[in-house]
Order: sequence, then C-alpha cells, then structure tokens
Amino acid sequence: MKITYREAIRAALREALAGDERVFLLGEDVGCYGGAYAASHGLLEEFGPERVRDTPLSESAFVGAGVGAALGAMRPIVEVMTVNFSLLALDQIVNNAATIRHMSGGQCSVPLVVRMATGAGRQVAAQHSHSLEGWFAHIPGITVAAPATVTDARYMLSAGLHNPDPVFLFEHATLYSEEGELDEKAAPVDLARAAVRRPGRDITLITYGGSLGKTLKAAETLAGEGIEAEVIDLRVLRPLDEAALLASVARTHRAVVIDEAWRTGSFAAEVSARLMEKAFFDLDAPVGRVCSAEVPIPYPKHLEDAALPQTPTIVAAVQELLKRKPESPS
Amino acid sequence: MTAVSAAPAMELDRELAQLLLRTMLLVRRFEEKAAELYSEGRIRGFLHLAIGEEATAVGAIRGLTPEDNIVSTYREHGHALARGIAPGPIMAELCGKANGVSRGRGGSMHLFEVGHRFFGGFAIVAAGLPVAVGLALADRLRGRKAITACFFGDGAVAEGEFHESLNLAALWKLPVLFLCENNYYAMGTALARHQSQTDISRKADGYGIPGVAVDGMDVLAVEAATRSAAAAMREGGGPRLLELRTYRFRAHSMYDPELYRSKEEVAAWKQRDPISLFRQRALAAGALTEAELASLEGEVQAEVDRAVAFAEAGELEPVADLLKDVHTPPTS
Repeated sequence: MKITYREAIRAALREALAGDERVFLLGEDVGCYGGAYAASHGLLEEFGPERVRDTPLSESAFVGAGVGAALGAMRPIVEVMTVNFSLLALDQIVNNAATIRHMSGGQCSVPLVVRMATGAGRQVAAQHSHSLEGWFAHIPGITVAAPATVTDARYMLSAGLHNPDPVFLFEHATLYSEEGELDEKAAPVDLARAAVRRPGRDITLITYGGSLGKTLKAAETLAGEGIEAEVIDLRVLRPLDEAALLASVARTHRAVVIDEAWRTGSFAAEVSARLMEKAFFDLDAPVGRVCSAEVPIPYPKHLEDAALPQTPTIVAAVQELLKRKPESPS
Repeated sequence: MTAVSAAPAMELDRELAQLLLRTMLLVRRFEEKAAELYSEGRIRGFLHLAIGEEATAVGAIRGLTPEDNIVSTYREHGHALARGIAPGPIMAELCGKANGVSRGRGGSMHLFEVGHRFFGGFAIVAAGLPVAVGLALADRLRGRKAITACFFGDGAVAEGEFHESLNLAALWKLPVLFLCENNYYAMGTALARHQSQTDISRKADGYGIPGVAVDGMDVLAVEAATRSAAAAMREGGGPRLLELRTYRFRAHSMYDPELYRSKEEVAAWKQRDPISLFRQRALAAGALTEAELASLEGEVQAEVDRAVAFAEAGELEPVADLLKDVHTPPTS
C-alpha cells in the first residue's frame, strides 16, 4: 500500500491515542490547526481537547510539562514544531529529560516521546533550516531516531512509546508529502538497528533521514557506471548501530557518510571516527563525508541547493574516493 | 507593596507547635552538621544551605498532604526533611554514598524520593516549574485529586520558564502551587537589581491567578497560607502563587565573600530568625515548656547524629555500576 509520510505519522498518532489512554499529544497548533505539517489533522475532533492539546508558544514549558507528565505516569507525545524551536526547550531536554533517571539513582524514568521536523530544502532560510539531530545524539540518556521511510514513520512512534526513556524522532520536513510503500509486515520496528536500503559491494554510503532519498538516487547513478554502492540508513543515531556499519565496511572497504548537518562537529564526524577506530584495517581509503556547506542556509533556491548535499555531490564524492589508492612506498 | 499575610490569631495547638519547631530545628541542625562535614571534605561540590529559611519549607509542606507532589530546587534539604524523608539517606546523598536517596548520584542538589512524591532537586534555576506543570497535568488526566507544590527562588522569577509555566498552568487551570521562596538575592544580585517589579506576588496578576505575599519567617503564616491555597485548589481552582518572604543567613553556596550585602542587613534579618521567633511564641503561648524545648533539641541532635552515622556506614556505589540507569533496564 502506498501512503505519504504525513499519513503514516497521522496513522501512528491515531493508533497511539486509541490504544493507550495514557497517551496524549501536546504542542503548538497540534489541535485546531491540525499540526504545522498536518500530521495531527483530525485528531482533535476524534480524541478531544484533553488529549490533543494546543499549547502556547512556550517550548520550554510544554516540553517540560511533557517531562513532568511522564514522571506522573502518563505517556505524552510532544510535538515541537521544528528542531529550530527546540533550542528554546534545550534546558528541559538536556538538563531534565536526559538526566533524571540516572541522577535519581534509577527511581524514575521519563517515558516521553518528542517529535519534531528537521532539515532544509524548502527555501525557508537560515532560521528554519537547521539539522541539529546530531547535537541531540551527543546526549546520553535519550534515544534519537530519524524515520526516513514511510514504514519507519508509521511504526517508530509506537516503538518510542514502548521505550521507558525519552525518545526523540526527527522527521525531515521535505518528507511529509513523499509517498512510499508501507511495509506492514515490518511492524513492530526497533529503535536500535540500522537498515541496508540497497545492497552493494564496492562502497558503503551511510546516511539517514532526509538524505536517504538523495543517496539512493546517487547509488542508482553509480550503478549505471558499474559501481555497486551499499546504502545504509542509520535510522537511529543514538544508540548507533556500529555493528551494521562495521559489517558493511568489512565487505566494501570504503565508506562515505552523507549528513545534511554542517561538517564541523557533525554526526558524520562521529560515524567517521567510529570507522577509524574499529575498521581502520578494513579500509582501502579514508572515510569520505558529504555535509552541508559551513554557512547559514540561504533563502534563494540556487544557493540553498549549493549548500546542501545533493545527488551529484554524493556521486562525485564516491567517484573521487574510488580513485584514491594507497601510495606505493618509495 | 502587597499586604503581607500573617498567621491568624489563634490558640497554638501544642502538638502542632512542637512538630513545627522540631522539624525546623531538624532542618537547622542537619544543615549545620552538613556545613561541618563540608569543611572536613566529607561533602564536596556545591552545598546550598537554607539556614534562615526553615519556616518556608516546614510551613509550606505542613500545609500539603502525602498525596501531593513536590518539585524543588538545589536548596532543598529542608524541603526533603520537612516532607518526612529520612535524614540518614539525605545525609548519605550529600556524602555521595550508595545508601543516599538518589544512590549518591545526585548529591545535595538532586534529592529525589519518589515514595514521598518528592520529584527532585532541580539545579537549573526555574527548570522545575515546567515539570511541576506536567505532574499536575498528569494528575488532571488521571483523575488524581492531588496538587503539585513547586518551590523556586526569587531568581527564578526572571527566567522565561517561570512566566511560561504560570501562563500554562493558569490557562489549563492546573493545580500547581507556585511557592516562591524570596530570599531577596538571586545568588548575589539583589531583588531590586534583577526585578522591575519587586513585589513578586503581583506577578500572578498577569496570569489572572491569586498571588499572596506571606511572612516567610513566620512558620504559622506560611502553614496557614499554604493550607488555604491548597484547599482552594483541591476544589478545582487553578494555580496560585505564594511569595514567601524570607532570608538566607549564610552564603549562597558554602563560601562567598558576601560583597553583595551588608553585615548590618544580615544582622537585622537574624533578629527575625524563624526558629527563635516561633520558639518565643510557643513558650509565651504555653504550647511548650523550657524542659520540652531542651528535650526536642536533644532528640533532634540525636537524629542528626544517627543520620551522619548512617551516611558514614554507607558504601560507595561500585564503579562497575557507572552506566547503570542511564536507561531503564529492559526488565523493569
């Protein structure tokens, strides 16, 4: 069955609300407006204002209220409209949600799910185009996932609600209207493992979220040139499925990481470092990275396109990497 | 300035008087002992004492029921003791021992005791307020009749989280009792140097909720104000703000040069020491005799000594457990 990413999320939200009376949704414009990306459209009418709660523009208060409600034995789903606004709630996320279990000596868990849109590509300029999920992945105590397919969009929410600790789901803003084949047999999905989205023997392309589509297209182009690229969708940034990466690189001996965040201090840097630490002797070339240019994301389309990883830049990075050979000893 | 609410004139109940005095003494002696242990290096890190502020903790918590939730700050030993959490595990927590309330993980600033519905120990100023709103929301959704009491200081009033939380609680008519322990300093910045409106109780006006200023050095006034606010909230009323005007006699944390306030000011406030005031009142009202007072002092001292012994007997958590409880184990 083909559905859109938006429909997948809406179905997941509806299922969660219908299946567990402890679940409720809160966030900016999730109710009357139907969600900034229309993910919760119709849910207010179906479940009422107690369980689909529009909040003021108070990111810190409503994310913190999610933390408190989770401590109070509820199962809140908080929608932070976009990762850009989550910066106003970082205190609650980093200082509270992530620490409470460990800091209380294991007395209380925070079973909270926070969803937010992330990423660039819609000409919404520098303040609405961040890809900061890598920052969140830095923090112990939380799980960070990025559904890249309609199947993950449909089932990761349920996995998050079954996780007793805070789970952050990053939904790339360009994906909501994308249509895909829903694999109903995939449910329930885990929040632990990466997925091979295209097998290949020559090089491993590691990506997640909004860059998966571009990377799969790059692999297709490369296949036309006789290069078989394996595409790995990380799915989950924390905990990182290192074993999947190592297994792939052990076969292909080369890797490029594609990450829409800026290169400096990026999640791509973490993946690259893990491969250096654990797969150094499997590698025939340095790990490559395709990241965004180190610039606030500009509004005009030609500049935004130039700033972000694109299929041709991924193809070029792979071609370049395959040319590299260890220098012969002189 | 808003009229400060004083305790209603009434006969002083002997039992209540002795309980309040005993609890305030316990908080004072406990913290004096903690300061000693700090000087000896047995407690490390930050240690924020509330000496001088005992009436706010003891009075307010006496006005709550065991079903109510409490969210507190990093100056929370008094709140935890007043809640009835055993002094031993609190002292052990301060010492970083595995028999501490939070297994020694949090130390002085992060006391948690879920059994007493004591949900932390939040050490980022104002960060507990949104959590309190969420606890109250959970109670509303679950049909629990409890209220959530949330302590914070005057410094928190300058934070966005204070305003966001009052607005949200008022908007949703949630039973959060916002308890501002105004000790007139945000660390070293005087109230008049950080607030354009120094009458904190009036901040409630902006959210359409009742705000009352209370003499925070008068334990009976605090108890009465809390009880009355809690009763109104239990009847379905929305949140309320109590500004408890008090004073910290000692440094912000263990040592500071106190460049920000005069010795005369501190001395003047010490004339209103909440324990001395209440002791005199109880003696004058015949709710307590000198002999009973001496006996209370002895009991409290013994309790503090037992708490120290409990902490000293505690083990350190094995390093092998370092990563335990970063996440909830799958079985639980």
